[in-house]
Amino acid sequence: MSAPAPILAVQGLARHFAVHNSIGMRSGTVKALDDVSFDVKHGETLGVVGESGCGKTTLGKTLAGIHTPDFGVALFEGVDISALAGAERRRIAQRLQYIHQDPGNALDPRWTIRRSLEEPLLTHTTLPRAEREARIREILTAVGLPATHLDLYPHELSGGQQRRVGLARILTLKPRFVILDEPTSGLDVSVQATVLKLIRSLSRSFDLTYLFISHDLAVVRMMCDRVAVMYLGRIVEIAPAEELFTNPRHPYTRSLLSAIPQIGGRRVTDTFVLEGEPPDPGHLPSGCRFRGRCPKAAPLCAEREPALEPSGAVHATACHFPGDARNA
Amino acid sequence: MSWTLAFGARMTARSLLEVRDLRISFGTDHGVARVLDGVNLALKRATIMGLVGESGCGKTTLARAILGILPPNARNDGGSISFDGQDLLAMDRTKFSRDVKGKRIVFVPQDPYSSFNPLFRIGQQIMELMKWKSPRRTAGERSLGALLTAYPKARYRIDRDAAMAMLREVQIADPEQAFAKLPGEFSGGQRQRLMIAMSLMTEPDLIIADEPTTALDVTIQAQILMLLKRLAKDRGVSVLLTTHDLGTAYEICDDITVMYAGQDVETAPVEQFFAAPRHPYTARLLASLPSATGEVREIGGEIPNLIRAPNGCRFHPRCERAEPSCAQTRPGVDGQRHIVRCFHPLAVREQAAT
Repeated sequence: MSAPAPILAVQGLARHFAVHNSIGMRSGTVKALDDVSFDVKHGETLGVVGESGCGKTTLGKTLAGIHTPDFGVALFEGVDISALAGAERRRIAQRLQYIHQDPGNALDPRWTIRRSLEEPLLTHTTLPRAEREARIREILTAVGLPATHLDLYPHELSGGQQRRVGLARILTLKPRFVILDEPTSGLDVSVQATVLKLIRSLSRSFDLTYLFISHDLAVVRMMCDRVAVMYLGRIVEIAPAEELFTNPRHPYTRSLLSAIPQIGGRRVTDTFVLEGEPPDPGHLPSGCRFRGRCPKAAPLCAEREPALEPSGAVHATACHFPGDARNA
Repeated sequence: MSWTLAFGARMTARSLLEVRDLRISFGTDHGVARVLDGVNLALKRATIMGLVGESGCGKTTLARAILGILPPNARNDGGSISFDGQDLLAMDRTKFSRDVKGKRIVFVPQDPYSSFNPLFRIGQQIMELMKWKSPRRTAGERSLGALLTAYPKARYRIDRDAAMAMLREVQIADPEQAFAKLPGEFSGGQRQRLMIAMSLMTEPDLIIADEPTTALDVTIQAQILMLLKRLAKDRGVSVLLTTHDLGTAYEICDDITVMYAGQDVETAPVEQFFAAPRHPYTARLLASLPSATGEVREIGGEIPNLIRAPNGCRFHPRCERAEPSCAQTRPGVDGQRHIVRCFHPLAVREQAAT
C-alpha cells in the first residue's frame, strides 16, 4: 500500500472482565472489548460512539495502558503497545495521552495550577527548571488562560477553566495522540462549544491525532473525520463521518441516528421504533448481538456472528443484511 | 384569606400554575446569592412547558420552590406561586404537605439510580407512597405517626390494583414480579419508567420532571420521552420539564421558557421558539448547538456570579445589543404568547439570520 502507515493500528483487541457471584465465585465473563480492529491515520480525528456499556471507554483505557488487553495488538507508531509495562510504557505515555471525562476534576485541589502542570514534566522528562516553566507558560497561553492563573488553586477557577487546565496538563508532554473520553459530557451547550473549539484549535497548533470517544452523536459529527459505532464490545460500523450520518448501513446505527432529536425536523417521539434495551453483557445472545432488537433479524443472525467487512469503498459494516445505499 | 385568593385566581382560570415575580436568595459564606430574580411563569392545564437554561440559571431552584423543598438557607424575597387558584407560599404547611406536595404536584427526578431506596422492594416503596398519597385516601383518615397508622385493607387492594395497572401502562413486563424486585435489578431506563409510573399513581395535576432523561442513553431517552408525553397528554396532566438539552425540549414541549442567571428571558410556543427566537441570549444559545456544518459558535464571556450579579438585564455584559439602559432596569414583559424580556429584541427580519 502506498498510503502512509497509520499512527495507530488496532488488530483483534479484546478485554474481558470476570463476573463474580455473591459468594465470590466466577460466574461469567463480560466481553467489554471483543475483537476490535481499526486504524487511525496521522492527523485525523476518529470518533467512537455508542451507548453506555458498549465498551468505548474500555477501548480508550486499554489503548492508554490502564487496562491490559487479553488478546490482540495495538501498534502505535509501529510499536506494539498492548503488552508494554514499566519504563517502556511510560515512554509511550508521553506520546499517547488519555484525557478523563472531566479533566478539571482530576486536578489535585491542594496543588496550584503550576504544580499540576509541572508534574508530568518532572515524571517524564529531565528538563531543567527554567525550561519547564517556559513550557508551562506556552501551553497555558495555548489553552487561552493568562499566566497569572499559575498560582491559583483549582477551586478558584470556573469549571470551564478547570477543563482548560486539564487539557493543558496533557499537552505539556507534547503528545502525538490523544484519547478524549467524553470531553463534553455534562457541559452546557455554550461551554461545550468553547471546549470543542479549543480541542479543534489545539489539534492544529500541536499536530495532534485524536480518538474522540462520545455518546453525543451531534458533537461527533461535527468534530470527527471518521466514526466507529460500537455495540456491546464490538465495532458494528465504521465510515467517514458524513457517509455514516447520511448513509448508515447497520440497523443499530440507523436506530441510534433516528433517536437523536433534530430541532426543526421530525420529532423522534412521533417516529421512534427501537424497542427494548441492550442485553446483559454477561449473557450475550448467540450470533449477532443486536439481533434481539433488530428489525431485520433472520435465522442466520442467530447462527453466525457477522464480521466487520467492507461494504462500499469507505464503509465497513458488521451485519448480514446491511442497508443498501441511500434507502431506509 | 384563601377564599379571596381562590376566587381571584378563578378569573385567570386557564393557568394551572402561575409564578409571579418570584425572588429567592441563598445565604452563603461569601454573601447573598440572588438565585431567582423576579421570575414569571404561567403554565396552562394539560400542556408541557420546557424550562431550559444552562447550569446555574435557577431552573432547579424554581422547580424546588414550586415543590416547596428548598434548602433551609433559601430565603423568599417576594413574589407568589399560585397553583390552581391557591397561593402555595401562603398555604398552611401541613395542608401543603398532605394535599399538594407529592400528590397534586409530583416530581420525577433526574437520576433514577439514586432515587429509589436500594434496600426496599419496589412494591414496598410504591405502596408506602400510596398509603399516604393515594387519590382514594379520604380526608377522614387521620395522620398519626407513620408507624401507628394502619393501611386500610380495602383501600390497599384497590391501590395495589391501580399501581399494577400503571406499571403495565409504562410497559413494565410483569408488574407482579416487578413488585417483588429490588431497584438494583432494574436498568436505568426501567427505573425511570417506574418513577414515571409512581408519579402518575397519585393522579396529579402537575408533574415537575427535572432532567428526566439526562442520565439515559439516546435510544432509551427517546422511549422515555415518548412515554412521558403520551401519558401526560392522555391524562391531561401538565408537565414542567427542566432541561439543559434543547433537543429534549423540542421533542415534547408545547411551550418553552428560557432562563438566564435567575431571570426568565423568553417564553414562546415551541415552533416559534426554535424558528424565530427574539431574545439575544436565546439566539446565541441556539447558535451554539453543534451544527452539521462543523462551525463552532460560542457565547462570549461566562455566566455571572449570582452574588455579584449585574443589575438590570443580567445578560447585558455579554450582549452585543446592550445599551446603558440595559444595565439600569430590567425589561418588562412584552408580548402575549411569545414573551420576550429585552429592550432590543431581534426584529422579525433578523430572525432568519440567526
